[in-house]
Amino acid sequence: MKRGPLIPIIATLGFVFLYAPIISLIVFSFNESKLVTVWGGFSTKWYGELFADPQVLNAGLLSLRVAAVSASIALVLGTLCGVALTRFRRFRGKTLLAGLVSAPLVMPDVITGLSLLLLFVAMESLIGWPAGRSELTIVLAHSTFCMSYVTVVVRSRLADLDLSLEEAAQDLGATPARVFFDITLPIIAPALVSGWLLSFTLSLDDLVIASFVSGPGSSTLPMVIFSKIKLGVSPDVNALASVIIGIVALGVVIATILQLRRPRTARA
Amino acid sequence: MGELVGLVRLGADLVSAMDLPAAAAAPERGPWPLLRRWLVRMGITGRWAVILPPALWLTVFLLIPVLVVFKISFSEAVVARPPYLPLLTFGEDGEVQLTLHLSNYMFLGQDTLYIAAYLNSIKIAFISTILALLVGYPIAYFIARSSDRWRNILLMLIILPFWSSFLLRVYAWIGFLKNNGVINNALQAVGLPQVTMLYTDFGVYVGIVYTYLPFMILPLYTTLVKLDDALLEASADLGARPFRTFLSVTLPLSLPGIIAGSMLVFIPAIGEYVIPTLLGSPSTLMIGRVLWDEFFANRDWPLAASVAIAMLVVVVVPLMLMQNAQNAVVERK
Repeated sequence: MKRGPLIPIIATLGFVFLYAPIISLIVFSFNESKLVTVWGGFSTKWYGELFADPQVLNAGLLSLRVAAVSASIALVLGTLCGVALTRFRRFRGKTLLAGLVSAPLVMPDVITGLSLLLLFVAMESLIGWPAGRSELTIVLAHSTFCMSYVTVVVRSRLADLDLSLEEAAQDLGATPARVFFDITLPIIAPALVSGWLLSFTLSLDDLVIASFVSGPGSSTLPMVIFSKIKLGVSPDVNALASVIIGIVALGVVIATILQLRRPRTARA
Repeated sequence: MGELVGLVRLGADLVSAMDLPAAAAAPERGPWPLLRRWLVRMGITGRWAVILPPALWLTVFLLIPVLVVFKISFSEAVVARPPYLPLLTFGEDGEVQLTLHLSNYMFLGQDTLYIAAYLNSIKIAFISTILALLVGYPIAYFIARSSDRWRNILLMLIILPFWSSFLLRVYAWIGFLKNNGVINNALQAVGLPQVTMLYTDFGVYVGIVYTYLPFMILPLYTTLVKLDDALLEASADLGARPFRTFLSVTLPLSLPGIIAGSMLVFIPAIGEYVIPTLLGSPSTLMIGRVLWDEFFANRDWPLAASVAIAMLVVVVVPLMLMQNAQNAVVERK
């Protein structure tokens, strides 16, 4: 079919739209001048300043810890929920469970954050746990909304899965738990990896929910960045952004290489 | 309290079961077989070990919190810790008094600020969705029609920004849209006048479209890539111009992708807090921002709670019903 030049031109502009801000962000992180958008010569001093800032480093470590723990809790709960919703034919409250688990996907962050904070305040005055707002409350909040995403990923993988393998194992006398751990789990492992990574990223990215449920001593990295941005554009935020984008790009490149290599070794 | 009732009932069941001769004749002793039988009788089997952990977690950290918000939305704000009055008060002689304040909801209805914020959120989310569709469709079409080798690279380029920080991507636009930012510097260099783009509604649209563009492109791509070339050729052979083919073949066939992509942009846009705060003007009213300010700046927890409940009823419940209907259609297929 004949193709006009219109669509490639619009698509190219679309990619420019996607990448121009990110590239300019990286370029100006090497700017000597404190004015972010006026070039004043090459310098790496903002990187030096960034790594000397204990607030940023502590917040970064806290965010990584929270993201790793929340993603792991969300992985376990989300997988169980996905299995229950796809593999169990009927049980009491199935519709309610399906509705509850999909609610965080459509619920605005401000509502999730507010409702969890009000819960934690009420729980503290009733049973004294969790005492105050801290890393723990952020983990509880993040696990809750991340498990919804894991459930979606696991559900769609399980729905595509051929049932005959699981049925064969069952016919050979394996208990349901044995079938799950020996057959289902290895097959859906890639979905579990992407569910965990998605949760990790979402937790690392969250500003709104963490702002509601965190305490005085537990500011996450997005919270620190947000308060810096509200004071105005500053070059050390550019440097931080470049570091994060660099890590992400590296991770994606490694993942792509691994993915491209896997099918070949599997076939060999 | 609920747990206690359950335990008491369990205890009563055990006692009555022990009175039965059949139970006494059971070879196994101790409470465990009885407990197991009781569980089976209640329909609780091994698979509840799978269902209960996520169900309990969601009940405690999702269902109950929403009920708590609902409860506090009927309370009255006070300067205290926590800053609201309890609904139940106990009198000196043991009488219980329940006070429900409807004032928060009446305030929402009376003060035009809140209604304006709801309407404005819907308007901004709607326009952003249309803009994202107009930008995303040609990109998705282009990727779907490229060769296999390019397709994966282009898709990766679309997804890549999503993995980097959302906040920093919004921040990148501040440097771009500022009065002395990248775009205005470029405009001035070619002798054009400066345009105010940051801290306007325009900034909010750019921010939302930029942030959620991948969510629009990916579903569009999945429907467009399945499009059969033979249909397009048939349409061309029958004398349709490319634009006509697009309108009567491509567009209708990509409708599921359009709907899915639009939902994925509209839903997060409507409750957005960060983008209007960083790129919009102080007068860009969006409901997420109003809730945030009511909570953090004014410390009016009951009013913030009633804003949240109104938002749930007006926005979230219809969206969930729509999603349910969509899932039902998909599962029937």
